[in-house]
Amino acid sequence: MPKSLISINDLEPEEMELIFETAASFKEVATREIKKVPTLRGRTIVNLFLEPSTRTRTSFELAGKRLSADVVNISAKSSALAKGESLEDTAKTIEAMNADIVIIRHSAPGSPYLLTKLINCGVINAGDGAHEHPTQALLDLFTVNEVLGKIRGLKVAIVGDISHSRVARSNILAFNKMGAKVVLVGPPTLMPAEIELMDVEVSYDLDSAIKDVDVIYLLRIQLERQNESYFPSLREYSSLFGLNMDKVRLAKKDALIMHPGPMNRGIEITSEVASLPQTVVNEQVANGVAVRMAVLYHLLIGGGGSLEAS
Amino acid sequence: MLHPEIYMRKLCIKGGRVIDPANNIDAALDVLIENGKIIAVEKDVDSKGSKVIDASKMIVTPGLIDMHVHLREPGREDEETVASGTRAAAKGGFTSVACMPNTSPVIDTASVVEMILEKAEEEGLVNVFPVAAITKGLEGKELVEMGDLVKAGAAGFSDDGKPVMNTRVMRRAFEYSKMFDKPLILHEEDTDLSGVGQMNEGYHSTVLGLKGVPAASEEIIIARDLNLAELTGSRAHITHISTKGSVDLIRKAKKRGIRVTCDVTPHHLVLTDEVLLDYDTNCKVNPPLRTKEDIKALRKGLVDGTIDAVGSDHAPHARHEKEREFIYAPFGLIGLETTLPLLLTELVEKKEISLPQLVAKFTIGPAQVLGINKGALSPGMDADVLVFNYEDQVKIDSEKFESKSRNCPFNGWTLRGKVRDVLVGGRVVVKQGEIG
Repeated sequence: MPKSLISINDLEPEEMELIFETAASFKEVATREIKKVPTLRGRTIVNLFLEPSTRTRTSFELAGKRLSADVVNISAKSSALAKGESLEDTAKTIEAMNADIVIIRHSAPGSPYLLTKLINCGVINAGDGAHEHPTQALLDLFTVNEVLGKIRGLKVAIVGDISHSRVARSNILAFNKMGAKVVLVGPPTLMPAEIELMDVEVSYDLDSAIKDVDVIYLLRIQLERQNESYFPSLREYSSLFGLNMDKVRLAKKDALIMHPGPMNRGIEITSEVASLPQTVVNEQVANGVAVRMAVLYHLLIGGGGSLEAS
Repeated sequence: MLHPEIYMRKLCIKGGRVIDPANNIDAALDVLIENGKIIAVEKDVDSKGSKVIDASKMIVTPGLIDMHVHLREPGREDEETVASGTRAAAKGGFTSVACMPNTSPVIDTASVVEMILEKAEEEGLVNVFPVAAITKGLEGKELVEMGDLVKAGAAGFSDDGKPVMNTRVMRRAFEYSKMFDKPLILHEEDTDLSGVGQMNEGYHSTVLGLKGVPAASEEIIIARDLNLAELTGSRAHITHISTKGSVDLIRKAKKRGIRVTCDVTPHHLVLTDEVLLDYDTNCKVNPPLRTKEDIKALRKGLVDGTIDAVGSDHAPHARHEKEREFIYAPFGLIGLETTLPLLLTELVEKKEISLPQLVAKFTIGPAQVLGINKGALSPGMDADVLVFNYEDQVKIDSEKFESKSRNCPFNGWTLRGKVRDVLVGGRVVVKQGEIG
């Protein structure tokens, strides 16, 4: 395992499989009355969240705490960074705390790489601008594997704002790595340049694109994109790329429907679709904690220790 | 101040291979200098009574001209000054630099031009040609007082970095500047199209999740300005072109008789956007590093004469500003101390261009664009001379730069070609590779 996880490219397929196996066993911990194992007792995890995030931060925090690590949260509002301190100085401060691993969320693509140069401990990328969000992709693939029993050979449609999505980039890399095929669906204005070179198909037509896919992965549409002329109106976006019951009927009967959250109901997904049994948004959230526990475990302890070791 | 005898002295640079493209010279000749001027470039000149500089096994050329540098003075003296920037220039083999107006205050009044020229006179090691803004405050709205600025010594006009987006204002600039025969040096970019773009738009920007700047952003404004140059009969100099499309546009315009010249940076001739894969902010430049195809076209343009000059776009930035998140780091890299060896290694050694052809792009090429009496070793001209060793290798160590800044992506590269002696107006400013 690498010391840091910044891009899905940092992981070999076997390492991803190992993370999934570990996550499956950690998932059981959440069902216990005492939802805690002593695995990371005495370790310090710093959650450095320089962009607003409740879900991912909470998920990492819970993952760390269930492993008995000490978890410190530094968020944008409370940190000196909001007062103009550089990432370099923040990193030095964190280093002085003897952190074992730093989890960083930052709006600037590539900033986790910068952090690895500034700090000796490992770094986990919890989302850096439009670059990557590797633990999201891991929990997504874990969920697909859990429900459909495999990833290899599946076809996955990722729908929406590909340009601005770190989730899309990490998922493209991860699904490709594990042998699935990816088709991207969205308006041309939200497709980044030469994206087809990432070994994906590109479609501008949701109806035809979802006919033969096993997974429909909807991305959150940022409401302000309308003002930046990426599309004329949310109404038109929703009618072309929103998933409603009529469109679901065009897809395979048991096609999995996923969303990284938070959902814009009525825009990229209707409430009816959100509550279908094949929609696994809640499973994704639940799996997020287990997968992040597995990532923390492997990055901090590696293959050497047993899961229950203290 | 300098002692007068430095100027009075007779100097003879003996036994080198003299390459002076302006005079079609490439031969083993001696260069005789007196009172700071070139007296003769001949075979076996009589060196009696003169101090002899042995240039055997050396290349002797006119001092190089960098027509695009940022000296950062006034305003950002922490990044560069006239003194440090001209030391860096001398160390790199340059005897003349044209400095861009995006200082603070902007070079848009005669007093700022005078101040820079005064600094250059007192503290500068090489000749400095200040380029004034096209519009007041680089705001793209009102023209500067071009007449006053030319009188004060402005060598040209440029809103470098902040291109004039208003086409009507740009037309007036073209027309009005015709009175002075000073070039408009144009950074070509549709800033609306570029938006907050950070690098070349393409596969790599997509993978990195960075906003892209398409080639069209540059080409659209070049096309506009070529039209305006034709409409007004005025002269355009397009600076730091970076795309194949730009080369094609300018080649065609030259064929049609439009008065256009252009330059290219060393980094656009050598690096592609692939070098950004680890978010190296030293490779964050504007215009952005492009693709292999663009490099190929730029090199072809350099050889076939479409591109007239090489300019480094030496853009010093403070360490704390560059060593941070990519999107917050400023654009620009420094080039004065790497340009010559970089292109000797990447272009001449690899036989992409001949040595005399490359020397022309550093000498007579930019001299003609700027309309200055530099860049040649003709009798009567100022004795600005470069003596360098083409065989020696240098390992680039940015910590040893004369420049105050360190934002150089070529740090650690081993390159061929070592500057040995540099003369500015007959005065030896670099001796055996060291500033003397």
